[in-house]
Amino acid sequence: MDKKIRILMAKPGLDGHDRGIKVVARALRDAGMEVVYTGLHQTPEQIVEAAIQEDVDAMGLSILSGAHMALFPKIIDLLKSNNAEDILVTGGGIIPKEDIEELKKMGVSAIFGPGTPTTEIIKYIEENVKN
Amino acid sequence: MSDSAELVKRLLKGDRRAAAKLITLVENDNNGQSAKIMHLLHPHTKKAYIVGVTGAPGSGKSTLTDRLTHELRTKEKTVGVIAVDPTSPFTGGALLGDRIRMKESCTDKGVFIRSMGTRGSLGGLSRATNNAIRILDAFGKDFILVETVGAGQSEVDIVNSAYTSIVILVPGMGDDIQAIKAGILEIGDIFVVNKADRDGADRTVMELEMMLELNPKKNVWRPPIIKTIASRGEGVEELLSCIEKHRSYLESNNLLEKRQDCRNESELMDVLSYRINKYLLDDLKQSGSYTDLLKKICEQKIDIYTAADEILKILWKKS
Repeated sequence: MDKKIRILMAKPGLDGHDRGIKVVARALRDAGMEVVYTGLHQTPEQIVEAAIQEDVDAMGLSILSGAHMALFPKIIDLLKSNNAEDILVTGGGIIPKEDIEELKKMGVSAIFGPGTPTTEIIKYIEENVKN
Repeated sequence: MSDSAELVKRLLKGDRRAAAKLITLVENDNNGQSAKIMHLLHPHTKKAYIVGVTGAPGSGKSTLTDRLTHELRTKEKTVGVIAVDPTSPFTGGALLGDRIRMKESCTDKGVFIRSMGTRGSLGGLSRATNNAIRILDAFGKDFILVETVGAGQSEVDIVNSAYTSIVILVPGMGDDIQAIKAGILEIGDIFVVNKADRDGADRTVMELEMMLELNPKKNVWRPPIIKTIASRGEGVEELLSCIEKHRSYLESNNLLEKRQDCRNESELMDVLSYRINKYLLDDLKQSGSYTDLLKKICEQKIDIYTAADEILKILWKKS
């Protein structure tokens, strides 16, 4: 059997807007990926632990609360301390341009803002997951 | 590959990342890696107690599995959870959503949860599920809870993998004829009527009672029926005590060994038929005689059974 891309989709923090992440999760499923969806209100610890146990290649985090500058770094740090920094970290939501630059420096691989076509996200994941 | 041997070593030392990677390897099963991994792990297995959880989609399998995990943790047992969800037969993708209901156990180091897609299997588990069970067994988990895909009526593979099978029903799923049809209702060692605060719960219990009463095989073990409200944790303690009762019933009657034997045999048959399919039939499909016979069938010259006989003759000669 071929290797399938496994991706964790989660909403860290406290906002409850999950329409976007569900659309993306569905699109990735339809692109043939195994999408582990963990739902709302996840702590960074829960997200990193789930990513490890599920042995995902990538994660997609949706944040619309404005807490991205606190949550992303915490998740990146936890991945590092668990020797799991090979997991590709991507995100989406309402994130200002200047923060995107900052987040990329910290190790977030890509941020997909509102209006991004799902085909672009699929292509990015497929091209950037290490095999 | 020495890679998998290294991972096995790390697994036996309790490294959860190694456990996760090994499950991925047996799922993908490239270059026969499963065979090598299972060979290395075999001496370290047969310690865990395997419980199957099955039932219709939305009946509360994940929530109940989560609550049961909690209950086991309060008794200081370590728990492995394998949750299977369906893979799309059209795209090969899957949305694995069982973890949504398992948030609390997520960061507990005594719990390891893994979601799996069925990847083409039809019996409610995936082909790699049994290997994943053995990996978590070798990882040292006391209990392994296996949650099947949302089962309809005939997804009964779990009965070959688990020592205790729990079948979950919810009120209002049909009349009493549903209860005497063949299928998943025949495999329950324990029945759970979940969402018991809903109308019709007592009626569902009664219909199950009648079904069990009509069972001609009057075994010593009569499957108990437990009412639960999994979302509030009600009835879960009783469920666990029933699991323990069933376990001691199996152990004191030498039935656990029997179930283990059945499990081994069914896995052996699985591996064998997979390999026969893969090697013999793949080989055959490449050969000219297969295409010739197929062509003859299409031209109405011979029938399918005669062609199959011809093919079998060719296969016997080869071996």
